[in-house]
Amino acid sequence: MQRKQRLSRQIAYFIPYILWIGLFVIAPVVLLVYQSFFDINGHFTLSNYQTYFSSNTYLTMTLNSVWYAFLITFATLVISYPTAYVLNATKHPQLWLLLIIMPTWINLLLKAYAFIGIFSQAGIANQFLHFIGIAPQQILFTKFSFIFVAAYIQIPFMVLPIYNSINELNPSYVNASKDLGATSWQTFSKVIFPLTLPGVKAGVQAVFIPSLSLFMLTRLIGGNKVITLGTAIEEHFLTTMNWGMGSTIGVILIIAMVIIMSLTGGSKRRAKRGMTK
Amino acid sequence: MAINTQPIVRLKNVCKSYGDTQILKNINLELEAGKFYTLLGPSGCGKTTILRTIAGFTDVTTGDVEFDGQVVNDLPANQRQVNTVFQDYALFPHLNVAENVAFGLKLNKLSKTEIDKRVSEALAMVQLADFGDREISELSGGQQQRVAIARALVMRPKVLLLDEPLSALDAKLRKDMQYELRELQQSLGITFLFVTHDQEEALAMSDEIFVMRAGEILQGGSPVDIYDEPINHFVANFIGESNIIPGKMLQDFQVEFVGKSFECADAGIPPNEAVEVVLRPEDLDIVAAAQGKLVVTVDSQLFRGNYFEIVAYDTDGNEWLVHSTNPADEGEPIGLTFDPQDIHVMRLNETEAAFDARLEKYEDD
Repeated sequence: MQRKQRLSRQIAYFIPYILWIGLFVIAPVVLLVYQSFFDINGHFTLSNYQTYFSSNTYLTMTLNSVWYAFLITFATLVISYPTAYVLNATKHPQLWLLLIIMPTWINLLLKAYAFIGIFSQAGIANQFLHFIGIAPQQILFTKFSFIFVAAYIQIPFMVLPIYNSINELNPSYVNASKDLGATSWQTFSKVIFPLTLPGVKAGVQAVFIPSLSLFMLTRLIGGNKVITLGTAIEEHFLTTMNWGMGSTIGVILIIAMVIIMSLTGGSKRRAKRGMTK
Repeated sequence: MAINTQPIVRLKNVCKSYGDTQILKNINLELEAGKFYTLLGPSGCGKTTILRTIAGFTDVTTGDVEFDGQVVNDLPANQRQVNTVFQDYALFPHLNVAENVAFGLKLNKLSKTEIDKRVSEALAMVQLADFGDREISELSGGQQQRVAIARALVMRPKVLLLDEPLSALDAKLRKDMQYELRELQQSLGITFLFVTHDQEEALAMSDEIFVMRAGEILQGGSPVDIYDEPINHFVANFIGESNIIPGKMLQDFQVEFVGKSFECADAGIPPNEAVEVVLRPEDLDIVAAAQGKLVVTVDSQLFRGNYFEIVAYDTDGNEWLVHSTNPADEGEPIGLTFDPQDIHVMRLNETEAAFDARLEKYEDD
């Protein structure tokens, strides 16, 4: 009897969560899938998917999205891992961590506009180039600036999980590795990196998936030189008003994300052992 | 003392400080090849720090660490011919048992057949021959312990350092591992340096024990020497159980305590010097009060299985601990007898060097 009561109370605790998930996650996804089966005139059709898979434009866009998301994630990882590693060795890691997290408190749009100023013809970046004797360059509206700013925005989401996994690493493992004759580099590649892989995976998930659907930065910083699926969705919903096609691309993005999640989360059992004990 | 054998490891005037705190104070230590050494002391006495300076995980503030006569102060850990069994084992969780044992061999770029051969030999040595494919998380504490030993021994080190490796095991397993470690050391002939705070462990396994306190080595010697002739109050108390009674040296081979004069085996101490007298509880025999060299009154007793532990008080109020196979009656007076060589006299504040010199002097006479 008592057990039954406790069970019903536990269910009660879940109600807000279930409501939230239902209203803001499941319902929108269902609506998106439903909408993707209607053409611009409101007729039920499979033509959206047909168009998507037969059109070179969309497939190029998809490849573009994946490629740029990969580049952004890679750049972020290359910067974040050493950062997280060095952070662990500092005296006040929490303070440094706070400094790294702080930019996330500022609105994305504001940061984008700030970079427009920095990268413009008369901006600080070009002033600096002038100072060291290099002629002004076109920085804004290049693929480089797009990847640079996107990586800048994503870095905190990569640093945090990696920092945590390095922080949890038992220092005995490092001593044991050296004791068995490993150099510092061997210790890193054979012990530290494999054991902090769960953090890297979490960081890759947190960066790659949002990077797939970036749309504002492609316009403001990339100058539409880079067209991703995010840009296409925005176009369809706001300009061409072809919501059906926009939803179709949305569904495909969601499927891509699920695939990536299962790929990076797959070997959790083996990776997890580094964290216990 | 063999003169021509060069110590394999020597610490010369080693000091180690972190800021203002001195962890090691002028440590001098020599390890000969093929022996089982133990660093014994309470936690925080610096014994693990000594291990870490030999392994190369920490540098010395002043002094030298020598290996085969060569100063190795600046040699990084990965180039030293020592291996360590860590207190928490530090087995790599992303590798299985065989991969863990093979870790160091792979770094040495040995051939695969050689690696496989040595890994299976090492696992057989610690009785885990069939466990190569197991994951570390699937092993019990005792099995992890063995893997850690195999991983270190497979490197064929000249010295194996063991940092309280048995402290996480239960009592029964611990006893078994003591035997196994001792046998392993004797069959391999590798120098073992074992760190523990457990005096029983140290006495059972070692060829030589170094008793430490607060960053200093108080006394070094064979288990029997240290047990029979502790240099001071701390060592006497730390190793085994003892009755430590204040007394006075009357002359060579004559000491006074509890108001009586007794024949003893100690000499070389100035007459009328205040001393401490050690009598081990198992050296005291219970006789009728009239026949005893000392008369004490039984206060309480505990049955310990193979003996009775009796607590008694003499007329001066000193507490006497007696181990006896026969029970006594609580509240009744009993007599205690002991032989002259059961008495061990300690001078207050005597250093180990002075103690050894005095011992040598009167034993030669």
